[in-house]
Amino acid sequence: MKNVRTPLYLAFGLAMAVMPQFLNMYWVDVLNNVGLYAILALSLNLILGHAGLFHMGHAAFYAVGAYTTAVLNTTYHIPILWLLPVSGVLAALFAVVVARPIIHLRGDYLLIVTIGIVEIVRIALINNVFGLTGGANGIFGISRPELFGLKIRRPHEFYYYIWMFAAVTVYLFHRLENSRFGRALNYIKEDEVAAQGSGINTAHYKLIAFVIGAFWAGMAGNIFASKMTIISPESFSFWESVILFTIVILGGSGSIRGVILGSFLIIGLPELFRGFASARMLVFGAAMMAMMVFRTEGILPPLPRVYPLDKLIKGGRA
Amino acid sequence: MSLLQVSNLIKTFGGLMAVSDVSFAVEEGSIVGLIGPNGAGKTTVFNLITGNYRPDSGQVLFEDRELTSLPTHRIVSLGISRTFQTIRLFQNMSALENVLAGCHCRMGSGSLAAMFRTSAQRREEREALELAVAELEFVGLGAQPMQQAKNLSYGNQRLLEIARALATRPRFLILDEPAGGMNDQETQDLIRLIRAVRDRGITVLLIEHDMGLVMKVCEQLLVLENGALIAEGTPEIIKEDPRVIEAYLGTDEG
Repeated sequence: MKNVRTPLYLAFGLAMAVMPQFLNMYWVDVLNNVGLYAILALSLNLILGHAGLFHMGHAAFYAVGAYTTAVLNTTYHIPILWLLPVSGVLAALFAVVVARPIIHLRGDYLLIVTIGIVEIVRIALINNVFGLTGGANGIFGISRPELFGLKIRRPHEFYYYIWMFAAVTVYLFHRLENSRFGRALNYIKEDEVAAQGSGINTAHYKLIAFVIGAFWAGMAGNIFASKMTIISPESFSFWESVILFTIVILGGSGSIRGVILGSFLIIGLPELFRGFASARMLVFGAAMMAMMVFRTEGILPPLPRVYPLDKLIKGGRA
Repeated sequence: MSLLQVSNLIKTFGGLMAVSDVSFAVEEGSIVGLIGPNGAGKTTVFNLITGNYRPDSGQVLFEDRELTSLPTHRIVSLGISRTFQTIRLFQNMSALENVLAGCHCRMGSGSLAAMFRTSAQRREEREALELAVAELEFVGLGAQPMQQAKNLSYGNQRLLEIARALATRPRFLILDEPAGGMNDQETQDLIRLIRAVRDRGITVLLIEHDMGLVMKVCEQLLVLENGALIAEGTPEIIKEDPRVIEAYLGTDEG
């Protein structure tokens, strides 16, 4: 099985690497959006897919990252790339503050509170909180990232920037999944009482899932801000959170390849069917319903982890 | 000094006195049975020891350390682990991963170590894997490590819970109806397994309704009825105790 998949992944990687050569600016920009949402959805996947926490406020962390970048860049002219980790850290700190009091909530209760968080953030931004966010107009004049003297400006350049970031994210999150940390999140999703009874500090791990997810969403916010050069509260609405939530559930909770496929389907497909844009909600709804009936685990559910058992068990067939 | 010392434990649910003033001690290296009719409060006592419930009053001392204010995962890391009456495995994960959950509290590497796959992290993973496989083999499930927990037979699911509990490297193991749903042959194997656990130096406290198993394997019995401890002693003494017979069979007038 593994031997079939590896060439497939390589082919996908290769296709992605040469793709911009054959596409016009518009379609490259569509793929940039797909990549950005893939990064965001992968970070949400840690919280929603792996730990099973119904978190529908991910756009709030994305917003904190984007506004951190925008404010610090336009006010103090700090280079965008320096602000990449800064945006992540601020979003993570924000996550600690808001997630800590609600970490014990389950299922639908958590869902409602996280919706509240993303709405509070959006309304705070519109109301020009601390006089920093520019109100409903947002902030403009954000500079472009500069890497080794090369200014990333055109969609083709952003394409490689975003997808390289996505590749690194996949690489690190794949390792995270296949570790004590990744397993702990899955134990919590499966049975929280049994996880505690097995010696796992469930509250701690849920919080760390939020922190890492928010850190990545904050960095995605930084990329978004420098890509758009202008940001406003409407980019971080509840609807964005719903889209991310849908990508993870539709693609396959806890499955990296599923989440990436989900990003292509949810962000890319509507561009293909631009004529039916107004029927998008209908298609979403129908797709979700079909999935709930036919594929409850998503289109590409996670594969079982592989452990090097051959050396441990005589005649073992791991 | 006893390994576990329970004193004057009281727990009420609304108006119901689930555990009323229970005190007992468990000596290191023994196999102790907690028996009593349904609804006597046996599982509640377990939940009070393992931190799933907080007692209204009373004390649980483990190696002279107060447990009643500690969260469950801390109690596990101190050396008390348990199985559940209603099987609580991670159903969609493999048998091996279920046991690895037990290894968790003896490991230290966090998310950063995992992302950068440090050498300490890789060594720790390898050791955990070895321990998990060893525990699976110890309970007799070594042949099917990658089988999903939900696909195991009922008896094997009980064994898997024991393997997971053992992987936390406990000094004190609490088994809640380990023979529930097992056939005669499996119960005989379980008796051997419980003795083998004790021979590893692990003290065992168990709830069980299968009196054959209880009388065979336990050296000391505690009898609960309506939340109160009504008798305590060796199986021979308990078998003859009129209060115990009454609790189980009722009186003639009843």
